[in-house]
Amino acid sequence: MLSKEEVLKIAKLARLELSEKEVESMQKDLSSILDYFEILKKLDTSSVNSPIDYKLQVKSSSLRRDEVVDQDRQVVKNLINSAPDKKDGYIKVKAIL
Amino acid sequence: MELQNFTIEQINKALKEKEFSVKELTQAYFSQIKKTDSEIGAYLSLTEDLALKQAEASDDKIKELISENKEIPKLLGIPCAIKDNILVKGEKCTTASKMLENYIASYDAGCTKKLKESGSIILGKTNLDEYAFGSSTENSALKVTKNPCDLSRVPGGSSGGSAAALASNQAVFALGTDTGCSVRTPSSFCGVVGLKTTYGSVSRYGVIASASSLDQVGPLAKNVQDCETIFAVISGKDKQDATSVEFKYEKLVENKSFKIGVPKEFFGKGLDPEVEKIIKSAISKAENQGFKIEEISLPSTEYALACYYIIQTSEASSNLARFDGIRYGLSKQHKEDLLDVYLESRGEGFGPESKRRIMLGTYTLSAGYYDAYYKKALEVRSLIKQDFARAFEKVDLIMGPVTPFPAFKIGEKFDDPLAMYLADIYTVPVNLAGLPGMSLPVGKVDGKLPVGLQIIGNHFQENKIFNIASIIEKII
Repeated sequence: MLSKEEVLKIAKLARLELSEKEVESMQKDLSSILDYFEILKKLDTSSVNSPIDYKLQVKSSSLRRDEVVDQDRQVVKNLINSAPDKKDGYIKVKAIL
Repeated sequence: MELQNFTIEQINKALKEKEFSVKELTQAYFSQIKKTDSEIGAYLSLTEDLALKQAEASDDKIKELISENKEIPKLLGIPCAIKDNILVKGEKCTTASKMLENYIASYDAGCTKKLKESGSIILGKTNLDEYAFGSSTENSALKVTKNPCDLSRVPGGSSGGSAAALASNQAVFALGTDTGCSVRTPSSFCGVVGLKTTYGSVSRYGVIASASSLDQVGPLAKNVQDCETIFAVISGKDKQDATSVEFKYEKLVENKSFKIGVPKEFFGKGLDPEVEKIIKSAISKAENQGFKIEEISLPSTEYALACYYIIQTSEASSNLARFDGIRYGLSKQHKEDLLDVYLESRGEGFGPESKRRIMLGTYTLSAGYYDAYYKKALEVRSLIKQDFARAFEKVDLIMGPVTPFPAFKIGEKFDDPLAMYLADIYTVPVNLAGLPGMSLPVGKVDGKLPVGLQIIGNHFQENKIFNIASIIEKII
């Protein structure tokens, strides 16, 4: 079973605050799911040379140059407005340093 | 107005013959929703102002078309429901989470735009498992949806609201999304026709991402013909979604003598005997129609579920990183530190299943575990894809069950995530391989709980699925 420390470490990486109770149920639930994942060890995948990374299965022709593209100003305004904290058309973020 | 048997075809004819206006039709659907939805719980929000405005515009358009002696396009004036992870401009889009409970969409999703252009009337947004994480809709943080066929049972998920809305005559058709089962399972549990579309055939622009290499938008409808009509409208390239491809749907007009593969791995341990009987009987009815049936093997099937849940949670944990309390949604800002904004907003905004998936994905992608889990899963995925490619060298279509069992009781599997995941055993291979798959209602357990036949096609061969499904639909 995953230890409390392991769960807290993953939670920190995932930027998730978990209550005591949540940590306990994560220990139990994650362990049983990870145990189930062990089944993959039984399957020989040595014949797969380089697995396709599906995230990158995009034809290069469908990619555009990384440049400023004109956007509907109203949509931009709406997007900024849906941020919880904003000022003068910018999204406000707490000091990082 | 008798809403229960309304199909797109019938409404189209009635509008042509001026039996009622689109506005009257729309109002009839809203009154049905108001009458029944306190019990069913299919909708999270109704978009009445939008719908009535659309209805008036449709009525004007229809008058114009009739006066010019022109055909009325199939979806013009047809009321539909949209799953609440698909953006409709100016309307709430909650993805059934506390995180986005009050979020208003800034633009239309690609498929929403196509539906609006086709003249479809948007009645409202339907319930789902939070972020589409689930197979029963029980993971919604906002509402419980019940199965209209048996109110003590789940409607299936994650597009449970969409399927339940159709099964209780609260819309003519609905849109859902399918990452691992989410159009097909609720369609099976509620007895409607649902299609998981080929990866890349329908735009995912403006659909709140669950797992980007698996997610697809798909239609749910009352019959095969309606489902096909909707697919023809929503499919095709969208320059806003780089994974969408040039695709123009072409209906098969002739009936072909398809060869059907039945994978032996889909009939193993864990399959409810009643479900098995119904599925086998449907397949033998297809055989009686002259279709050749052949047993096939998809040898990697038993690894598909583990492979899927590694890839799904890995991608989901990355996608959900954007919910940080800064860009949109729930935000806890009372402490000074930026890290606290992240931790508290995410801790409070995500429900238990979302947290579980974020944790799993973070774990399987983390240093030291990446090769054993994520990389291994990608390799297994390649083998699963190969299995299907080999099968489709021999057969045109593959048939089997959608789920191992019919709709289960609300709460029955809620505390056991692994038991819940097992519901997806026959549906996830299709997403891993990027294939299209339909759930077609073919019978009921105890005359009450619907069972769907899964019909899987090769990439972009939805037309074969629709062709055979329309034949089986008539003989069941």
